[in-house]
Amino acid sequence: MDYIAKGKELRRDIIKMLHISKSGHPGGSLSELEILIALYYEVMNIDPKNPNKEDRDLFVLSKGHACPGLYAVLADKGYFPKDDLWTLRKVDSLLQGHPDSHKTKGIDVNSGSLGQGASVAVGLAIGAKRKGLGQKVYCLLGDGECQEGLVWEAAMAAAHYKLDNLTFILDNNGLQIDGKNDEVMSLGNIKMKFEAFGFKTYEVDGHNVEELVNALKENVHNQPKFILAHTIKGKGISFMENNVGWHGKAPNDEEYELAMKELA
Amino acid sequence: MGKAIRVAYGEAIAKLGHTNDKVVVLDADLSGATQSKFFKKEFPDRFYNVGIAEENLMGIAAGLAYQGYIPFASTFAVFGTGRAFEIVRNQIAYVNLNVKLALTHSGISVGEDGGSHQSIEDIAIMRTLPNMTIIVPCDAVETEKAVNASAKHLGPVYLRLARPTVEDVTSADDKFEIGKALTLIDGNDACIIACGLMVSRALDAARELKANGIDTAVINMHTIKPLDKDTILKYNSKCKVIVTAEEHSVIGGLGSAVAETIAGTNGAKFAMVGIEDKFGHSGDPSKLFEEYGLTKENIIKKVKENI
Repeated sequence: MDYIAKGKELRRDIIKMLHISKSGHPGGSLSELEILIALYYEVMNIDPKNPNKEDRDLFVLSKGHACPGLYAVLADKGYFPKDDLWTLRKVDSLLQGHPDSHKTKGIDVNSGSLGQGASVAVGLAIGAKRKGLGQKVYCLLGDGECQEGLVWEAAMAAAHYKLDNLTFILDNNGLQIDGKNDEVMSLGNIKMKFEAFGFKTYEVDGHNVEELVNALKENVHNQPKFILAHTIKGKGISFMENNVGWHGKAPNDEEYELAMKELA
Repeated sequence: MGKAIRVAYGEAIAKLGHTNDKVVVLDADLSGATQSKFFKKEFPDRFYNVGIAEENLMGIAAGLAYQGYIPFASTFAVFGTGRAFEIVRNQIAYVNLNVKLALTHSGISVGEDGGSHQSIEDIAIMRTLPNMTIIVPCDAVETEKAVNASAKHLGPVYLRLARPTVEDVTSADDKFEIGKALTLIDGNDACIIACGLMVSRALDAARELKANGIDTAVINMHTIKPLDKDTILKYNSKCKVIVTAEEHSVIGGLGSAVAETIAGTNGAKFAMVGIEDKFGHSGDPSKLFEEYGLTKENIIKKVKENI
């Protein structure tokens, strides 16, 4: 598959979605996109025609505000009609402002309140071990999100229970609502922190699908995995890239036209 | 006879493990106190001690529920409903997941540990959550029934479990149904609606009132949510006074729930026995019950004042 073309196509969906909804989070949706492509097109055992199949791999978008990116991928995979994307955040929409497992096919876990997805992912992975069907659990964290204490409670438990079926991926775009991570609350050496907690760690270019797939497919034994994915917030649209102002703002008509031109 | 409610929980959940293989139990380093240790001993590979991390306790329980298990998550009530509140809200109640919060050491009957560990607001905060069922068993016999009923119920349940040893006031034959109050004594003049440790005090009060010519009903309102409004409205019509009795703040607990039900009905007069907007402190539980007015005498006083 041509991932550059796929990335452009899905970015157009994200921008159109947010333009129509007039609210939502473009920055993180654009930075995480290749991570989602790697998972949903190459790595995860899933069946969009049977979204609840018992032995499926599970994905937790712990940074739930970046759900427009995930919705674009799920629609493209056929979990629901693409036209549903244009109802984002509206009354009666199946696509909530943050992921809702009851409303949206393909969403495994509710999320949005930061840090909680990591903890739920640990429970899913323990459950997967109990069930014995070989399910793997992937959890996407934001960098600002790692300021939440619950992420570290979850990390400690993931190593304690030797959850080699669990992978945390960090969308490391360096920005959060109030500014740079380093200015708001530094993460320090985040890779070493996860390593110290007992994770097998990897570091990749978070916009290189091949690198992501290789890291995601690495097998580990008796320890969880952590992938530090370096990304660019707002990736793909010049005026959004590395611009903290685009964390949670929808493009107006003019910005929409400019963005679509760049993504053509 | 008599047994601590928390011990009855530990024994009941260990027993339930034999008949329901979906039941798993989690604790946050308090398995000896919450008595989840009974389950741990019986089913070591279905027991998860997550360490001193109550938020993670609830998050992991949610994950296990998504995978089809029935997790009972145990810690002290003050931590499980307080510290972990927003995880319980967003990951359990909001999603309507099948997690059972089996939280012990509720109320001021924790005693010597003092105000930091005495939950007096837990019913109030859990009651505001849609989908949440709240059960407050009054003795060991009822606790076992409540544990089994919680496991059968699909959705989140908060089991509020007290620490002290209590005399049994219900019997094995009493029917237990979530959301259906148990009428222990019928009466026509006054009605005491109680839960948990206050049920035995309500019975004592009713017997004394009866001897004084006031025919007093006692309702064991073991389920605070969903509330048995039919029973409340029935006694609201036929009695002159309703008094609620709970080991909890008068703000937001059983008394408030009953008041919300009878507001504007022109029925019985109404009074509450409970903790009057104060934190607890260290001391022998029975002395604390006296200090905070959680007594037979206070119930009788409120009935007589309003009849």
